[in-house]
Amino acid sequence: MGVGIEVRGLNAWYGKNQALNEIDMKVPANHVTAVIGPSGCGKSTFIRCLNRMHETIPDARAEGDVKVGEMDVYGDGSDPVEVRRRIGMVFQKPNPFPTMSIYGNVAAGLKLNGFSNRKQMDELVERSLKLAALWDEVKDNLHKKSGASLSGGQQQRLCIARALAVEPEVLLMDEPASALDPISTSKIEELIFQLKQHYTVVIVTHNMQQAARVAELTGFFLMGSLIEYDKTEKIFTNPADKRTEDYVTGRFG
Amino acid sequence: MPSIAASTSQPVSLWRRVANQGATAFAILTAVLVLVPLMAIFVYLLIKGVGALNWAFLTQTPKPVGEAGGGMANAIVGSGVILAIASLIGIPLGIGSGIYLAEYGRNRFGDIVRFTADVLNGVPSIVIGIAAYSLVVVPQKHFSALSGGVALGIMMIPTVARATEEMLLMVPNAVREAAFGLGIPKWRTTLSITLRTASAGVITGCMLAFARVAGETAPLLFTAFGNQFWNLNPNQPTAALPLQIFVYAISPFDEWHNQAWAGALILIILIVGAVAAVRITVSRGRLKGA
Amino acid sequence: MRSRFQQGLDELKEKLLRMGGLAEQAIDRATEAYRTRDSKFCQLVLTGESAINEAEREIDELALDLLAMQQPMAIDLRFILAVLKINADLERVGDQAVNIAQRVLDLISEVEIELPVDIPRMADAVTTMVQRALESFLDGKAEVAEAVLQMDGIVDRMKDEAFVVLVQKMHDNPKTVRQALDVLLIARNLERIADHATNIAEDVIFWVRGADVRHGGAHYRE
Repeated sequence: MGVGIEVRGLNAWYGKNQALNEIDMKVPANHVTAVIGPSGCGKSTFIRCLNRMHETIPDARAEGDVKVGEMDVYGDGSDPVEVRRRIGMVFQKPNPFPTMSIYGNVAAGLKLNGFSNRKQMDELVERSLKLAALWDEVKDNLHKKSGASLSGGQQQRLCIARALAVEPEVLLMDEPASALDPISTSKIEELIFQLKQHYTVVIVTHNMQQAARVAELTGFFLMGSLIEYDKTEKIFTNPADKRTEDYVTGRFG
Repeated sequence: MPSIAASTSQPVSLWRRVANQGATAFAILTAVLVLVPLMAIFVYLLIKGVGALNWAFLTQTPKPVGEAGGGMANAIVGSGVILAIASLIGIPLGIGSGIYLAEYGRNRFGDIVRFTADVLNGVPSIVIGIAAYSLVVVPQKHFSALSGGVALGIMMIPTVARATEEMLLMVPNAVREAAFGLGIPKWRTTLSITLRTASAGVITGCMLAFARVAGETAPLLFTAFGNQFWNLNPNQPTAALPLQIFVYAISPFDEWHNQAWAGALILIILIVGAVAAVRITVSRGRLKGA
Repeated sequence: MRSRFQQGLDELKEKLLRMGGLAEQAIDRATEAYRTRDSKFCQLVLTGESAINEAEREIDELALDLLAMQQPMAIDLRFILAVLKINADLERVGDQAVNIAQRVLDLISEVEIELPVDIPRMADAVTTMVQRALESFLDGKAEVAEAVLQMDGIVDRMKDEAFVVLVQKMHDNPKTVRQALDVLLIARNLERIADHATNIAEDVIFWVRGADVRHGGAHYRE
């Protein structure tokens, strides 16, 4: 089951440039929440702060209060590696490990974190691939085909399976379908809809129709600030803030 | 200005066709010219060396001066021992520094290391031999395969380090991010993911370094020193193929000259064979589509 | 902003306003027909109906295209939905004008009788409502639309008074039943036109404010 995320006073910088300003946001468990906004508004920075990926960039830092379930992400004594283990991430461009087989890719997170029980690993790999709606297409070639030999849409589902294999509570997705064709995109969207039963999903997207299709809540970011955060229907039929309206109607961005 | 439509309806001008064909011919010619000395050397070695190549050559130690027969078996094995020691020193240190430079060394210290490696690469091999002499032979008070291995190992480091660094830098950052996102710590990511992805290139770098030092003679002059007899003890002077070839080649004996040719031929065959064997093993381990 | 889309929206507005003009004209002519008992005005109303129906078709088609091709959101989406609803209301207004014209034709064929019902006054009120409603659409002004909602009560009262008076008349003098009934029906047609004007005003408020004010409440999206 998924857990909720509570963000309070989150700020983030790249060197001297402030990329996020005092973000307050509550993401409910087992829901899909979309983060939209024009290029450079801080939406990618925001989700990368949730799992402490932001600080892997040289000179980047973040401060604030982020609680994922009971876990205090930025608390004293919090280990970034442990945080990332409990929060899964899927990136814009599918990035399977090139030299590993399909099985190897899905099991990578398990193997490299010390998991060794072969039978359990097989089960977890199968379960993850089924959750990612990829099992039927690859079950005969798990060990023979490399991750990189799949099509774009399949690669992305492989990356989703890989992220799910370590059984995170939250799944962060940074524009997961933007590099894919429409059919693959709709498969991924369908998948996201199914995933929310087990996980809390936060998805960054620059495609408003996608946010409208998959998310129950939507947050609109602009220049590092969270402008409006509400039910998706409200954001797209009658947003409260004029800036939100200008963005969703295409008057800018 | 002439329209595009007008110019594409004309036939390609004569001048352009001549230039195209001329450039292609030039490219082919230079490629052939590069192959020629390579092939010439190999064929010449074959012709000169195959005569003295026989089972005795490959299994016997040198006979005393004046006697006919004998072989370079000890030199072949000795080279193997020395190269093994060199690889044990050069490859781990080289890969280790390469990893540091690529993953952790985008800073002042890294620049210094990089510069040092490049300089080391350019140091004459005999100077490295002298350095190994002072570092190992003098304290130990005897020549040894170990000191030879140290000298050759030092020579391998820059090549392996730079190749490893280049190959690691070529691994897209997305791969590292994927590993971080799974909660894999940086050191583990570097070893199990990034290095693994770059492995083909890194192995090539190691092979290049190996092939280069396999034929080095000067560094072994004051370190391994050479030996007419069997010796498997790395702490004793040891025979090596390049050394043996050198000694025989400058000797006044025809018999030994022939054996020198044979030795050179064997050296080339062994180096090419080693590289090919690694290539085949690596490609067999590769997955479909990777 | 996306200029093709903006052009589409402008065209939609223009077409709807033009259709509104046709509807207003139909009411005018029907009223004139009643006042003058001249059948030529009735004919004008009857022949003018096809133009209104054609306009309705065009507007529906254009709105559908914009929805499918441009994925409008928020205020643009509400605008197009409002246009579709106003479209339907205006077409019904046209129908009501035709009904009035038909009643007038019937009156013309009968003996003229004095009836204590001021149809022209009622028609004026209704015309004003329609005009204001269309004005609120043209300017996107919710306050003007709200004023229209207020006037609906007045027209309803006028219709109820006419009903009482005419029923009394019919009771007192059965020979006047036919004419009285015609006038009663005309009063009802006018009252329906007023309802449609009210709908148009509510649709404008929905477009501009995103509030559903139908059926007497104000329901904002939570």
